[in-house]
Amino acid sequence: MIGVLALQGNYSKHIEILDKLKISSCEVRYNNQLDEINGLIIPGGESTTMTDIMSRNNFYDKIQLFSQTKPILGTCAGLIMMAKSVLDKRVRPLEILDIEVDRNAYGRQIHSFVNKLPIKLEKDLETISVPFIRAPQITKVGKNVEIISNYNKNPVAVKSGIHMGLSFHPELNNITIFHDFVFIKQFNSKTYAA
Amino acid sequence: MAKEGSFEVKVGLAEMLKGGVIMDVMNADQAKIAEDAGAVAVMALERIPALIREEGGIARASDPQMIKDIQKSVSIPVMAKVRIGHFAEAQMLEALEVDFIDESEVLTPADEHNHIWKHDFKVPFVCGCRNLGEALRRIGEGAAMIRTKGEAGSGNIVEAVRHMRQVQTEIKKLTVMGKDELMTFSKEIGAPFSLVEQVAKLGKLPVPNFAAGGVATPADASLMIQLGAETVFVGSGIFMSDDPAPRAKAIVDSVTFFKDADKLVEISTGLKSAMKGLDMSEIPEGERLQERGW
Repeated sequence: MIGVLALQGNYSKHIEILDKLKISSCEVRYNNQLDEINGLIIPGGESTTMTDIMSRNNFYDKIQLFSQTKPILGTCAGLIMMAKSVLDKRVRPLEILDIEVDRNAYGRQIHSFVNKLPIKLEKDLETISVPFIRAPQITKVGKNVEIISNYNKNPVAVKSGIHMGLSFHPELNNITIFHDFVFIKQFNSKTYAA
Repeated sequence: MAKEGSFEVKVGLAEMLKGGVIMDVMNADQAKIAEDAGAVAVMALERIPALIREEGGIARASDPQMIKDIQKSVSIPVMAKVRIGHFAEAQMLEALEVDFIDESEVLTPADEHNHIWKHDFKVPFVCGCRNLGEALRRIGEGAAMIRTKGEAGSGNIVEAVRHMRQVQTEIKKLTVMGKDELMTFSKEIGAPFSLVEQVAKLGKLPVPNFAAGGVATPADASLMIQLGAETVFVGSGIFMSDDPAPRAKAIVDSVTFFKDADKLVEISTGLKSAMKGLDMSEIPEGERLQERGW
């Protein structure tokens, strides 16, 4: 069972992707639900809102502990929440990925865009088309962080240990490769996520 | 090449706002209160609907300086309203780089026949509706998000419920209709056929569907989400109440925990008075904002 943090944001699209991969899923609204899942998705949304609701409902320690043994995939605001540091102090991150992140780095909504990206997850290089919505930029990367994709010479997809963070939205374009990798392929096990 | 302003990118932002609360604010201080309470976006307007109702006069798009001040003070998306059909106001808001434009019945309409052709803009639009036909006409014109209208500035949830139930009932009907029935349905509700076909297949609107117009309490927000709204706009309900900051927080939490009655009790306990509000019989038919839009 994979949980999708459902405090705010586009969690329902991630559940649709997990459905496509035949991975059972649940919406996570309470911190004790983390005991019952094998992986977590932190979706896109607003990172200030997530900071508030996560603080009010004691999610920080629980997710940090969870991340020591179980994989987390974050997209957009989810990536911001997973960062070690965020340039905007209104956001309190979880410090799971050794990266520094700048919010809304491409500008306001009229500068949101769709672009083709080269992705190297396993052996083969793939090209996908994905939307960046008021997207964050990864401004620093620690030495244990692997870059999966760059856009304009900036990293936009990173992996560290069993965790992954993306500054764009594969779930809006029905792209399943990231969810498939994080919750199935990296464990060489069809049953990990079960 | 990077492609900006496509319909996909517009709907993308609407998707990100789901499960969050969009709050009406009249200045930078209120915007900050909203952001600190966990609002997912703010709607910048000079007078919230309850004040427009009280004071009368022509309600227009907001002063650019006020919008700039709000943009400077918060990091969340900033939305602003234009009069129905007033595409010049919309062009100015696009130049200001607001994140979403609400072509809104709350302001005095500029065109009594036509809405804005929203596909011409890079900035996404949200529009109000009272029924499925109105929703699909707006989507046909390019709206990337729909909100049921309710009755803005009333503090009364009854119209929001009426409009959400109406839209949901019509969608349910469509999903069980045969293909041979869709064209007549499309004619009857005055909606583009291709969108009617799409809704019949999806069982929901092709863009996010939020609720507005009358949300004043955490229970109101929970009610609208349980009726099918993907989140709520709160207009006068916060800054016309006796305790804006705690109420704003409470409504943010109620949208996350909308199904959890115990949690809603906890969230609602200790709040001061909600806005007073108006019974629909106190609003003469000619003064109902929901009648605006075509």
